[in-house]
Amino acid sequence: MASIMKFTSFALKNLFSKPVTKNYPAEEREYPARARGSLQCKIEDCIFCGMCQRKCPSGAITVDRKARQWSIDRMGCVQCENCVNHCPKSCLKMDVHYSEPDYNKVVTTLEGPPVAPKPELTPEKIAELKAAAAAKKAAAAKAKE
Amino acid sequence: MANRSVVPFGPQHPVLPEPIHLDLVLEDEKIVEAIPKIGYVHRGLEKLVEKRDFNDFVYIAERTCGICSFMHGMGYVEAMERIFDAEIPPRAKYLRTIWCEMSRIHSHLLWLGLLADGFGFEALFYQCWRMREKVLDMFEEATGGRVIFSVNKIGGVLKDMPKEMLAKFVHNFNEIEKELKDLTEVFLTDYSVESRLRGVGILTRDDAIRLGAAGPMMRASGISIDTRSIGYAAYEDIDFDIVTSNDCDSYARCEVRIKEIFQSIEIIRQAVEKIPGGEISIDIKGNPKGEAFTRVEQPRGEAIYYCRANGTKFLERFRIRTPTFANLTPMLYTLKGAELADVPLLILTIDPCISCTER
Ligand code: SF4
Ligand code: SF4
Repeated sequence: MASIMKFTSFALKNLFSKPVTKNYPAEEREYPARARGSLQCKIEDCIFCGMCQRKCPSGAITVDRKARQWSIDRMGCVQCENCVNHCPKSCLKMDVHYSEPDYNKVVTTLEGPPVAPKPELTPEKIAELKAAAAAKKAAAAKAKE
Repeated sequence: MANRSVVPFGPQHPVLPEPIHLDLVLEDEKIVEAIPKIGYVHRGLEKLVEKRDFNDFVYIAERTCGICSFMHGMGYVEAMERIFDAEIPPRAKYLRTIWCEMSRIHSHLLWLGLLADGFGFEALFYQCWRMREKVLDMFEEATGGRVIFSVNKIGGVLKDMPKEMLAKFVHNFNEIEKELKDLTEVFLTDYSVESRLRGVGILTRDDAIRLGAAGPMMRASGISIDTRSIGYAAYEDIDFDIVTSNDCDSYARCEVRIKEIFQSIEIIRQAVEKIPGGEISIDIKGNPKGEAFTRVEQPRGEAIYYCRANGTKFLERFRIRTPTFANLTPMLYTLKGAELADVPLLILTIDPCISCTER
C-alpha cells in the first residue's frame, strides 16, 4: 500500500505552495544579461560593409551599400549572434527582449544617415593641403636626424 | 490463426514527441510486426555544409537537434579541431564538459517527464519538467540561449562563466539533486510506475550487442560502454563510473537514466572544482584540409561526426551517425510480441530523437 502513496508528499506540497509559473504577460519576465532576444543595429555607425550579411548562417540580413540600407528578416534570424561577433564597427547588439510576434514575415529596413558631401577642392584648399603635407614631411625628417 | 489487422501509429500521436510512423501488424492485441517509416522532418543539414563557411557551419550543426544541440555543435567543432590539429585551452575543455553534462541533465529530465506522461502520470510529468526549467534558466544565464546555445567555435568557446556563476550553478544543482532524490523514490519504487515498466520491452545483453543498441538503452542491458570514458573535452580528468543495469527492461532504462542525472551533477561538481583559469579560445587560421572523426556520448548514446575538408572554406562532406538511428532496430525488436497498449512506452524508452536521425 505504501508504495502507491509515494507521490502524495509532492501532491500535498504542490497543493499548498505558490504556483511555479509566472502570470505572464501581466508579470514581466526578467531576462539574464546574456539572453539573445532580438538583433538591434545602431545604423549611424554602420559602414555597410556587408560582413554581417556574409556571416549570417540563415541569410536573414541584406545590406545595400549603394542605397545605404540595412535590412533584417526578423523571423528568419535564428539569434546565433554570429553577425554581432563579426561586425567591424560593433554596431550590432543583441537585445534581451524578443521581437514582436506578427502574422506576416516583415522585413525591417534601416536607412543610414546621408553622407556629408565632400568639401569642394578650391585652388586655395589644395595649396593649404600641400603646405600641410610638406610641413609634416619636414617634421618627420627632422625627427629622424 | 487469429485475424491480423494493421494499425497505423504516428507520426502524430499524443505521447510521441517526435514524428515516427509505425505500421503495427496485430494479432488480437499482440504485435507480430512493426514496420517503421521516417522521413517527415528531413532538412538536408548535412548537404548545407557545401554552401556555408566551415566557421559558420557550427551554428547549423547545433541545430540538428533541439535537445542535445550543444553536443552536436561540439562534435562538429572537435572534428574540425582535429583536422586543424589544434589544441584548445584547458578552460574551454572544462566549460564544454560542464555544458555537456547540463545538456544531459535537461535531456534526461525531459525524458523522465515524457515517460511519466506516457504512462499517464501527469503530475509526475510536471514535476520533472519543473526541475528541467531550472536547468534551462541556467543555460540562458550562461550562454544566452535556452535551447540552442551558440557558444562553440572552432578553437574553443565564445563565452566564459565567471566564478560566481559556477558557484551559483553548483548550488542550484545541489538543490535539484535533493529534489530528484525524492522523485527517484516515485520512479523506482511506486507501485503504479513499476507495474508499467517492470518486465516490459526486454532486450537481453546478447540482443543488444547483435542489434547494435546505443547509450542508456545498451547500458540497461548490462553493457558497460560509455564514450565519455575514451576522453574528449575534459573527461580525461574526471572520475566517474559507467552506470549500468542488468534488468534489461524498461524499468532498467529508467533507472540508468535517473542514475546518470546524479552522475552528471557529480561530474559538474568535479569540473567546477578543477577548472583552470586562462584563455577560452585560440585563433584558427587558414582553411582545413583532411578528414576526421569524433565520437561524443550524447544523452541518447554515442554519436559519430565525420568531416572531410579539401582546403577551401567549404567542407566536402559532413556526416552524423545519431544514437536514435542505432536504437531503432532494438526498438522494433522489443515491439514484437508486445501489447498494443505498451507501444508508446516502448518507443519512449529508447528516447527517440527522430529529428536528429533525419537531419
Ligand atoms: S557588419 Fe556591421 S558595419 Fe558592416 S554592414 Fe553589417 S552592421 Fe554594418
Ligand atoms: S543573429 Fe545570426 S541569424 Fe540573426 S541576423 Fe545575426 S547572424 Fe543572422
